[in-house]
Amino acid sequence: MNRGPLIFLGIFLALAFSWTGIVLTNQIQYGRLTPFYDQNEGKTFPDKPSGLAERGRLVYQDLGCLYCHSQQVRRPGFGADTERGWGDRQSVARDYVYEKRVFLGTMRTGPDLRNIGARQPSADWHYLHLYDPQLTSPGSIMAPFRFLFEYHRVVGERSPRALTLPADYAKQHGLDRPGYELVPTPRAEALVAYLLSLKDTYEYPEAKPYVPRRPEGAAR
Amino acid sequence: MASASSLAASLNPGTPPDTGSRAELSEIDASARWPVIVFLLSALAWLLIGTVFAIISSIKLHTPEFLGGYEWLTFGRARTAHLNAVVYGWSTNIAFAVAFWLMARLSRARLRHAGLLVIAACFWNLGVTLGVIGILAGDSTSIEWLEMPPYATPLLFVAYALVGVWAVITFRFRRTEHIYVSQWYLLAALFWFPWLYSIAQIMLIFEPARGTVQALVNWWFAHNVLGLWFTPIGLAAAYYFIPKVLGKPIHSYYLSVLGFWSLAIFYNWAGVHHLIGGPVPAWVISAGVAASLMMVIPVVVTGINHHLTMVGSFGALRYSPTLRFVVFGAVNYTLVSLTGSAMAIRSVNEITHFTHFTVGHAHQGMYAFFTMVMFGSVYYILPRILLKEWPSASLIRTHFWAVAIGVTLYWVDLEIGGWIQGLQMNNPGIPFIEVVRNTMPYLFVRSLAGILMTIGHVAFAVNIVWMLGARRPAGATAPTLFHNPPAVPAR
Repeated sequence: MNRGPLIFLGIFLALAFSWTGIVLTNQIQYGRLTPFYDQNEGKTFPDKPSGLAERGRLVYQDLGCLYCHSQQVRRPGFGADTERGWGDRQSVARDYVYEKRVFLGTMRTGPDLRNIGARQPSADWHYLHLYDPQLTSPGSIMAPFRFLFEYHRVVGERSPRALTLPADYAKQHGLDRPGYELVPTPRAEALVAYLLSLKDTYEYPEAKPYVPRRPEGAAR
Repeated sequence: MASASSLAASLNPGTPPDTGSRAELSEIDASARWPVIVFLLSALAWLLIGTVFAIISSIKLHTPEFLGGYEWLTFGRARTAHLNAVVYGWSTNIAFAVAFWLMARLSRARLRHAGLLVIAACFWNLGVTLGVIGILAGDSTSIEWLEMPPYATPLLFVAYALVGVWAVITFRFRRTEHIYVSQWYLLAALFWFPWLYSIAQIMLIFEPARGTVQALVNWWFAHNVLGLWFTPIGLAAAYYFIPKVLGKPIHSYYLSVLGFWSLAIFYNWAGVHHLIGGPVPAWVISAGVAASLMMVIPVVVTGINHHLTMVGSFGALRYSPTLRFVVFGAVNYTLVSLTGSAMAIRSVNEITHFTHFTVGHAHQGMYAFFTMVMFGSVYYILPRILLKEWPSASLIRTHFWAVAIGVTLYWVDLEIGGWIQGLQMNNPGIPFIEVVRNTMPYLFVRSLAGILMTIGHVAFAVNIVWMLGARRPAGATAPTLFHNPPAVPAR
C-alpha cells in the first residue's frame, strides 16, 4: 500500500458509505415526517408544546437531565419499560417531530421520563422532588435542585405555588420562619411545565402493539 | 532478495538506524519540539482538570448532597465538563501531539511550518476552554459528545483547518517510499474527524434535522469519534511503538492491511447500536448490529498482529515503560472491542443498555486502551524532543500501577454493577428505587478507582514538570527504565 491517492480514496469511500446509509438515507426516509391528522378528532397529533414547556426544555437541556433519564419507551417484550409503567405503548418517531432537540438519552440512572406528565401529573410533587428528591423518593441519588427555588418574605398574598414542606423537614432546614415562603423560580416553573407536557397518550396507527400473525393453518 | 529485505526494513521502524540516520532522526525530533510540547502540556492540564470533574461527578452519584448547592457543579454539568475536558482537552490534544511526531518520523521529513501548529493549538485550547466554561455556565447543548455551545465550536474548526493543511503538506514532503501502517491510520483519522464533526454540527445544532434523525446523526458521530478518530491514533501509536521498542518487525504486513480496511468499512456503521429498541427505523439498527459484529474481524486481526509481535519478548515489559503502557493498551483494545461487539447483540443489549455497564465499557475504551497507549507514547517521545531523560523511574512506576489498577477496577466494577442493574431493571417485580440502591456499592468503588487514577495522573504531571525544569545533561544518557536489563556479556 504505497499509493497515497488510492489509500485516500478508500478512506473517503469508507466513511461515505455510512454517511450515506445512516445519515442521508434516513433523512430522506423520514426527515420530513409530518404530524398525524386524526379525522375523528379533527386535529393533528402530537400536540404542540406550549411556550412555557418549550422554555422548560431549555432548562432540562442546560442542567443535563438526559445524562440520567432517557425519553424513549421500548416495545413490550424488550426490557420492562411498559411493565414498569413508563408508557402504554412503545415510542415512535412521530412522537418527536415537534422537538427541536431530541433527548432520547442513553442512561437510566433514574427512570424513563417519556410519559412523566401522565405518570405524575401533580406540579406540587415535581416541585418538592426537584427541591429535595429525598422528600418524595427516599434513597434516590438524584441531585437536589435547590438553586431553582427562592426562600423569601411573603409580599402581599402567599404564592399559590409556594412549597408545602413537611413540618419537621422545614424546621430542620430552617425553612419555617413565619411570613416566609419557598417558591419556585420561573426556571423551575418552566421545567415543571415541560415535565408535565411529556406524555405520549395518542395511539398512532404505527404505534399499535405488534401482535405476531399466526400462520394460516397453524395448529391452535 | 534485496527488495524483500528493503521492504522489511521499511516496514519495520525498529530497524537499527545507522549513524547518519540517527542524526537525521534527531533533527526531525528537534523540528517537532514546539508543537509537541505545546499540545502535550495543554493535554496534561486538561487531564488534571478533567480528573477533578470526574471525581466530583463520581462522588455526587453516591452522595448527591456533595456540593449539592452549586448550580454550575450539578451532576449534569460536572459530568459533561469532565467528558469534554478529557475528550477534547486531554485526548485530542495528546492525539495531535503523538500524531504529528509520528507523522514527521514516519515520513522521514522535518516537520515544516511548526508555527502553524502552535497557532492551531492556541485556537483549539481556547475553543475547549470556552466550551467547558459554557457547559458549566448552562449553555450545554445536551447532545452527547457535542455539548460545547455553538460559540466555542468555530474556534475548533479554525484549529482543525490549520492542522489539516499542515498534515497534507507534511505528507506530500515525505521522503520514504513506503507508507507504514501507522501512517494509514493517521491519515485516515485526520481526514475522518473533520467530516464527522462538521456534519454533526450542521445537522444537530446549526440546521437541526427533524425528530429522531437527530439521534441517528448523534450516534453516527459519537461512536465514530471513538472508532475513526481515537482508535486509529491509538492503533497507529501501538503499531509504531511495539516493534520500535522491541527492535523487531510487526508480525504480519498482510494482517495489518486487512485490519485497517475492515476497520474502515465496518466501524463507521456500528454507532447505531446505541439506539437499539429506540424509535428509529429497524433496518438501520439491524445494519448497525451487523457492523458491530463484523468488527470482530479487524479486532482479532489487529490483536493477532500486536500480540504475536510481543510473543517471545515479554521480558521487555519488565524494563520499558513505553512498552508496558502500550501493551496494556493493546490488550485492552482487544478486550474492549470484543465486549463492544457482544453488547450490540440484541439480547445482551437488552440488559446492558441504559446501565453503568456502558460507562465502564466507555472508560475501558477511552482510558484502558487509548489513554494508556498515549501515556506510553509520551514516555518515548518526550526524552527525544527535550534531549533529557525522565527524572524518576519510581514516579513512572507509581503512574503505571496506580492507573493500571485504577482503570481495571473501574471497568470491572461498573460492568458487574451495570449487569446486575440491567437484570434487575428488566424485572418489573423489583421497584426502581431498589435497583438504584443496589448500584450504590459499585458507584462507591468507582470513586475509589477514580482516586487511584488521580494519584497516577499527579505522578505523571510531577515527572513531566520536573523533567522540563531539569538541566540538560552534557553527554550521552541512558534511558530511564523500570529496571536496568542485565548486561549482555561480551563474547
